[in-house]
Amino acid sequence: MSARDEVLGRIRTALGEQRPQVAVPPVPGPRSLAPAELLHLLAERVEDYRATVLRCTPDEVPATVVRGLDLALGAGWEPADVVVAPGVPAAWRPSGAPEDDGRPAVQLAAFAATLTGVATAVAETGTLVLDGSPLSGRRALSLLPDVLVCVVEAAQVVPDVPDALGRLDPLAPLTMVSGPSATSDIELQRVEGVHGPRTLVVVLAG
Amino acid sequence: MTTTPQDARAEPTPLAPGAPRSGTTFLGLPTAPRGVGHLRGTQSFPDAARTALRDGQLRANLGRATTTIRGKRAAVVAEVPHWEQLRQAGKALKAATMAHLDEHLEELERQVTARGGTVHWARDATEANRIVTELVRATGSDEVVKVKSMATQEIGLNEALEAAGIEAIETDLAELIVQLGEDSPSHILVPAIHKNRSEIREIFRRTIPGVDPGLTDEPRQLAMAARTHLRERFLRARVAVSGANFAVAETGTLAVVESEGNGRMCLTLPQTLITVMGIEKVVPRWEDLGVFLQLLPRSSTGERMNPYTSTWAGVTPGDGPQEFHLVLLDNGRTAVLADEVGREALHCIRCSACLNVCPVYERAGGHAYGSVYPGPIGAVLSPQLTGVEDNASLPYASSLCGACYDVCPVAIDIPSILVHLRAEHVEAQTRPTAESVAFRGLSRVMSNPRLWHLAQRAAGLGRFLSRGRPTLPAVLPPPVSAWTRTRDLPTPPGKSFVQQWTEEHRR
Ligand code: SF4
Repeated sequence: MSARDEVLGRIRTALGEQRPQVAVPPVPGPRSLAPAELLHLLAERVEDYRATVLRCTPDEVPATVVRGLDLALGAGWEPADVVVAPGVPAAWRPSGAPEDDGRPAVQLAAFAATLTGVATAVAETGTLVLDGSPLSGRRALSLLPDVLVCVVEAAQVVPDVPDALGRLDPLAPLTMVSGPSATSDIELQRVEGVHGPRTLVVVLAG
Repeated sequence: MTTTPQDARAEPTPLAPGAPRSGTTFLGLPTAPRGVGHLRGTQSFPDAARTALRDGQLRANLGRATTTIRGKRAAVVAEVPHWEQLRQAGKALKAATMAHLDEHLEELERQVTARGGTVHWARDATEANRIVTELVRATGSDEVVKVKSMATQEIGLNEALEAAGIEAIETDLAELIVQLGEDSPSHILVPAIHKNRSEIREIFRRTIPGVDPGLTDEPRQLAMAARTHLRERFLRARVAVSGANFAVAETGTLAVVESEGNGRMCLTLPQTLITVMGIEKVVPRWEDLGVFLQLLPRSSTGERMNPYTSTWAGVTPGDGPQEFHLVLLDNGRTAVLADEVGREALHCIRCSACLNVCPVYERAGGHAYGSVYPGPIGAVLSPQLTGVEDNASLPYASSLCGACYDVCPVAIDIPSILVHLRAEHVEAQTRPTAESVAFRGLSRVMSNPRLWHLAQRAAGLGRFLSRGRPTLPAVLPPPVSAWTRTRDLPTPPGKSFVQQWTEEHRR
């Protein structure tokens, strides 16, 4: 008998004829928040992870992205240091910043910073979700450079994790990002920045 | 000679193919085989715990760490008004999934396959190790990068790969500390919780080639040393091995929850990804993740959300590994499933909250449990995976205080399973042990008022004997001495309630 058939057979033996009937109780939905409160909550929760949040109007996104890069990289950075996800609107990009051209993933490590959009953002937990689309970029793009700048638009913000899952494609390669990479492995003391980007800047437009 | 429950621990018997396995349940379902993996220690819990209790440094490290994490967890759980409903939903979802586990696994297999992945089934640790070793060999690589995974620790995958000439590099910081220190994990979430910062610095100084000799014990500096050490290995890795926190049957989506980004490195950069997952990790629907992703991080690291959660379904052209293998592991899980009371242990989402609140774990440490699953969940899971005869002392490694149940995000009734396993163990005994004598004796005494009075008066004698000493001395004759040796017997009151009542009402 194949291992597959044997394991499945064991499960059937273990469960027997009478399988338990289980009702799953409903879970209350998220608290209802006005749009402004939702953005405020997102900003507060993202900052809690020691990430930087810069709020602006939709028109101010380009200038705010530049300000975020100034903060993260220090003045004097070159546009060539910043790699941009291919679906990021032209207006948001620092002029002269190269687009991810699909080069071997490991070569992305040469860039100092990445600029992407997001698929959705969760206010309650301060989470950004990247979905591998042109706007979010492939997974390695938001992983290897040491600074990640993400632009979030007001309409992308949802109250809680279940709302986000409802908006996402389960087949897409998703990365849920809650603050910069961190570890608590040494005496459970949180240290930001291990293997993923050590600096996270969120530009929140709206 | 005492008659502590003797664990038939892992004798170093190499298992020939077809050799008898460690045991089977009454339904004939095999438990995890002996001689492979890390579900059995070399000592019984009381013996191992006694050694650990003498280690003041260990107790200090553990006490500090668990106090911190308990506080963080309590704060983020308190901010969710519907926590209890979430918890009950998590519990019910797990129970409903287990009731149709076969169907969900078949659906998962269909979906993963449809998206370009390959699904393998492993009856036990030996088979899983063989499958992974062959898959790695087929790539021609002699090293793999690993994301922290309980399942691969359970089956002893690193040792199996090493025997095949393949180096397995642990990339989680705590796992790296454990691996470099040639140590073993002592906590589900923070495997190096028993080490403090200066001990970690010493390990790094000794083992990382080219490490800055001026390395301090500042956690940030230590984390940066690990970053530098692993960076180049991530970039050159061709094969990664991971576990999975969840797998969604209806979509074939796998999920890994982590903090450092080492998981993302492993799940994204290599050409080939091999995921080893216990069969109980499947959830039926995509939306079920909404419940578990709220429960897990708050219970685990005490955060609203962990830094990174990655999900993927099969392979995605142009993004991440182009070859994906999923190994579905039984290794005793179906034997656990066969026990209507014990099967709840399969609901565990490995958050480690029960370890952090357990007074026994806090004092004895994770190594005393002898298994990769320590603490309260280990005390109920390990003996069921191996058969209770191979981990006979673990169901007694608890004071039944119930704190583990209170914090468990999927409301596993660990105390009840412990009592159930004790009863099972007592029943299986052919020779009397301290526990079997105590348990049988207790039920006899409690059902007979005259004996009960006598016993209470005898307890008054116990008070006399224990005056000025922390525990009853081991002068009581075996087998009772074995029971009292590892327990702080509460000093009984001078008079029993009945004596007092009778005296007062005589006046
Ligand atoms: S038994 Fe519950 S509390 Fe313990 S690790 Fe598992 S899920 Fe967490």
